[in-house]
Order: sequence, then structure tokens, then C-alpha cells
Amino acid sequence: MALFNRTPVAPLEYTRKLWMRSWVALTMAFLYAPLIVLMIFSFNDSKRNVVWKGFTLKYYEKALDNSSLVEALVNSLTIAFLATIFSLVLGALAGVMLWRFRFPLKGVVEGTMTLPIIVPEICMGVAMLIFFAKVEWPSGMVWPLNLSAITIAHITFCFPFVALVVRSRLASFNKEEEEAARDLGATEWQVFRDVLLPHMKPSLVAGALLAFTLSLDDFVITFFTSGPDTITFPVKVYSMVRFSVTPEVNAASTLLIILTVVLTAVALKLQGVKGIAEAH
Amino acid sequence: MTEPKTPIIQIRNVSKRFGNVTAVDNVSLDILSGEFFVLLGPSGCGKTTLLRMIAGFELPTEGQIIIDGQDMSMVPPNKRPVNMVFQSYAVFPHMSVTDNVGYGLRISGVSKSEIKDRVEESLELVKLGGFGDRMPDQMSGGQRQRVALARSLVMRPKVLLLDEPLSALDAKLRAQMQFELTALQEKVGITFVTVTHDQDEALSMACRIAVINKGEVAQLAAPSDLYEYPANRFVADFVGAVNTFEGKLTLDEPDRAAVDCPGVGKIYLNHGVTGAHGSDVWVAVRPEKITLHTPGMGKAVQGAAKDSPEGHNFARGVIKGMSYLGDCTLFEIELEGGAMMRVRRPNLSRTDQEDFTWEDKVSMHWDSASPVVLLA
Repeated sequence: MALFNRTPVAPLEYTRKLWMRSWVALTMAFLYAPLIVLMIFSFNDSKRNVVWKGFTLKYYEKALDNSSLVEALVNSLTIAFLATIFSLVLGALAGVMLWRFRFPLKGVVEGTMTLPIIVPEICMGVAMLIFFAKVEWPSGMVWPLNLSAITIAHITFCFPFVALVVRSRLASFNKEEEEAARDLGATEWQVFRDVLLPHMKPSLVAGALLAFTLSLDDFVITFFTSGPDTITFPVKVYSMVRFSVTPEVNAASTLLIILTVVLTAVALKLQGVKGIAEAH
Repeated sequence: MTEPKTPIIQIRNVSKRFGNVTAVDNVSLDILSGEFFVLLGPSGCGKTTLLRMIAGFELPTEGQIIIDGQDMSMVPPNKRPVNMVFQSYAVFPHMSVTDNVGYGLRISGVSKSEIKDRVEESLELVKLGGFGDRMPDQMSGGQRQRVALARSLVMRPKVLLLDEPLSALDAKLRAQMQFELTALQEKVGITFVTVTHDQDEALSMACRIAVINKGEVAQLAAPSDLYEYPANRFVADFVGAVNTFEGKLTLDEPDRAAVDCPGVGKIYLNHGVTGAHGSDVWVAVRPEKITLHTPGMGKAVQGAAKDSPEGHNFARGVIKGMSYLGDCTLFEIELEGGAMMRVRRPNLSRTDQEDFTWEDKVSMHWDSASPVVLLA
């Protein structure tokens, strides 16, 4: 019997110690219990959504029928997609620049680039609001141009994350590989395409994931830069919650969680968990 | 193999400065076509900088590098007829062995079928046939080095540059690779230029060695000349082990000479020396060229030495240190005059190492053909 055949616990086998296991379990519960409750209650057959009344799927139907909610979700996904693409290009280039070149005031450039990460979101939001008002950014354009202000705001706080991840990945690059490619006849561009880019790939996947999720769930900055006709999913949920917490909100949130989990899983599958872990 | 005669690389008064630091100082040397050339020196002596200038990764501050008759001053590394095997091997980790080896041909637009043939041929050459589908992280360090070798050889360069090729291998593998590299070089007939700090490696592989010290060529010679006829104290000391004594030239005739060394006595040589009578010189004797006698055995030898003082050198001393190395034993002996002498004694029979112990009084002799007089 396994119970009596156990080998003694070695000093460094922390995962087999009871106190360690309970601590891990507690941490997991703390992290995921709210999410699980949210998901369970999306199936609750009750308007007030406080007590469990029985299983139903009708709030999923309702959420998908709510055209303004769906519109907000489509807006959010569009913004996140565009912000990710632009952040990826800008961030990768910034990361390569900071790694590759020495130039005057490099430290200052590096510092200011991380500013959008550390400046409080509320300040960023207000700054964006004032900026777009001052330059008289056109509003009320056709879709998706009406999302341009929000997208630009998202790019500004997403691309530094990509740059940081790419930069730290490049620190592990063996420059002799670059020289070897040059030695074998490669031009600068071929070196970038054939040697540097493959090395950067895990950090690009990780950076894209970061940018996408940051953009998708941003509330504060979006709140300040969205117009009356450009509402995103988090802002919409916020306005719905102000009236009442219905299972409809839970259903929509559950769909969003599933979407992000699937996307992350696909990215991990494409890249290998090891690669992404290495990128950080 | 064709006789190496014409220079393939001509280095003309090349200097390289990084700020205030002079890495390479006015070096001029010719590397001949088809030879195995070694740049030997301690770390930081500028040998790698010299190699990187040949490859094109550094530009000389002054001087000129000519490869196969063409001035390389304005030629970028990707256009030079040389290829390099890097110290870290720099195998592309995301490419299979075949893709790694074929990379250079692929980007220069060689046809697919030719790439396939040449990659296979090249992998056979480095004994990696059948490894084509492996990824670099599935290979050992030695195998990765072979991939790097194949990747360079497949380009059919005029010169193959190797930066410390054996430094990361363990002792057994290193000895094996020394043989393989020389065999490979003879087979392909390409000029090899290797950088190393390991004198055994240099002596065993090279046709000619340039010993580099502080950015300058200390001596350029064939391995045996370098070892037996070092040009100065740096070379004598860096290549192999040596006893060096300072002394005054007291006898200087065309066919014999003597140097009076404080702490040792007179050391006789069977050849003339270019140096003024009474000038300060150094005498170098290799430890393996000194014969050690067990106490009691010395008398006869001393007698013989006395009969012909220019034929044999003789000294007496006390064993102060011993280091048993298996095939031989290294002794540190304090001479009667007070100088320390290192003697290497081969253990020809199993019981040889029992003959001596610490504080034994011993005598030793060496042939007058063995010492070398160094003027610098």
C-alpha cells in the first residue's frame, strides 16, 4: 500500500511537506476562488444573483443578445488586437535599440520609456484626455476609426512592457552567433531575420500576451479616452454593475476569461512554456 | 600536400588601439598558403584581436591586411574569403545541424541540390554523418564544435580561423581533437589560423607558431625551433618549462662559450654566442635535459665532467621539492650556490620514484649542447 511504502521526505522536498502544501492550496484558493464563484454564478437562475436558485443558461443568451454589450466586446477585442500589433513592433524595435546601440542620454531614454509603467493610471488617463482635447482629435468617425484615440492610449502603456521583455531576452543573446552569421556571408538584415529574430521570438510571444491582456482589461485610461459612442467591455461592465449585479455580467465575464485562457494556452502551445519562461 | 610557399595572408604593420590601450602593436607577418599557423600567447596579449581583424570584425587602427593578394581594409566580414570557428562555437540554436551547416550556402543562393550534397560531404568530413536532423541542444560540446567546423568548411574558405578551438573540451577529447584537426587540415588543404594560450596545443598542431606578447610578435618559428632555440626569455618561459639564470659572459669563442652565473657556477656551451665579452646574459636550460644522479653515482660523472669542462655541466644540490606526475617526477633542487634548479626525471621503471626523497643530496649534469644563451 502506497500509504505505508512512502520513502522518507528529503530535506529539500518541500512539495511533499504538509505545511508547504497547505500554504500553496491557500494561495491558490485566494487567487482563484473569486473567479470560480463568478463563473458558477453565471449559471444561477436568479435576478439578484445572491443566493443559488438553480442552473440556467439563459443569462448567456441574454448577454449575447445584448447588442451594446456585444459591441463593447468587439470594440475591446479590436482595440486589444491593434494595440498588440503596434506595441509589438514599437516595443521590439525599442528593445533592440537599447540592447544594440550606445548613444548619448541612453539612461534617460531607458528611464522615460518605463514611465508609462510606473505613472499612476489615473494620471495617464487625465493626461490623455487633455492631450486629445488639445489637439482636437476628431471624434464620431466611422468604426473602427472612432477607436483610434483609445488604441493610441493603449499603445503608449503597452509597448514599454514589450520593450522590457524583449530587452531582457536579448541580454542572453550570444553575440558570436551574430558574428558567425556575418562571417558566413549574411547582411545586417539577414542576421536580424535569421539569427536575432528567432532568439527574440519567445519574448515577442510573451510581450504580445502581456500587451493583449493589459489592453483588454484596461478600465481607467479607457474611461478617460472613450467617447459616448465608443464603449469598451470593462467600461460597459462597470456601467451595468452600477445598476445591479445580474448574472448577465457574470456570463459576459466568464466568456472573456475563457477567451483569454484559450489565447494564453495557444500561445504557450505555439512557443513552449519553457520559451516563455525564458523570455522573462 | 602542396609545399606551402606563397603567403595567403600578409599582415603589414598592423596596430590596433582601443582608446589608450594598444592591443596589437605594429605586427607584420606572413601566413603561408596551406600551413597550420598558430598565434600563441597569454590572455590579453592581442592574439584574438589579430584574428578578429583578419576576419573583419575589427578594423586595424594602422596598417594593412592583405588576403590572397587583395587589400581587406574596406571589405566587410561577410565578403571576406575566410571563415571562423568561434570560441563559443556560435551554433544557431534554432536550426537543425543540416540547416546550420547549410546556412552560408543558402543565403548566398546556391542551388538546393548542391547545398544538400555539400552539407553531407562536410558533415562526413567532421565525422557527423547521420546527425543532420539533430538540434544543437541534443549534442555535446564536442559535437557542436564539429558542427561549427563543418559550417565553416562547407563555404570552402581560403583560410579557416579558429578561436581557442579546444579550450572548452576536456583533456582526453582535446588530445584527440588535436590529431583530428591536423588530419583535417591536411585533408582539405585549407590554411588554418588558430589562436590559443595553450603551448601543448600550439606545439602539437602548428607548422609555424607566432608567439605574441603585449601586442608584438616575440618570435615566429617552427614548433621545435621555438622550443629548442627560443629567441628571448619570454618565449623560453612561456613555451615549456625552463630554468633561467642571469650571468656574465666570460668565455666567447666560435665553438664554445661559458657564462658565469651567481648561485650556479660556470655553465658551458658547445657553441659560440653573439654577445660582448663580460656582458650580462641569461642562460636557459630545460628541466628534462638535466640528468639527476643518485648519491654516490655522481663521482664518476664529476670526474668525466672535470676531464672535459666544456663537454658537461655539473652541479650539486639538495632536493627541496618533489612532484610526482606519473610518467615523470619534477624535482626542485637547491644548488650549492643557492640557486633553485628544476629537473624533470622520467620514471623509466616502476620503482624509479623511490630513488629520491626530500633533503637528499644529489648531483646532476647536463650536456653543453643543452643550454641556450638569451640576450633579451
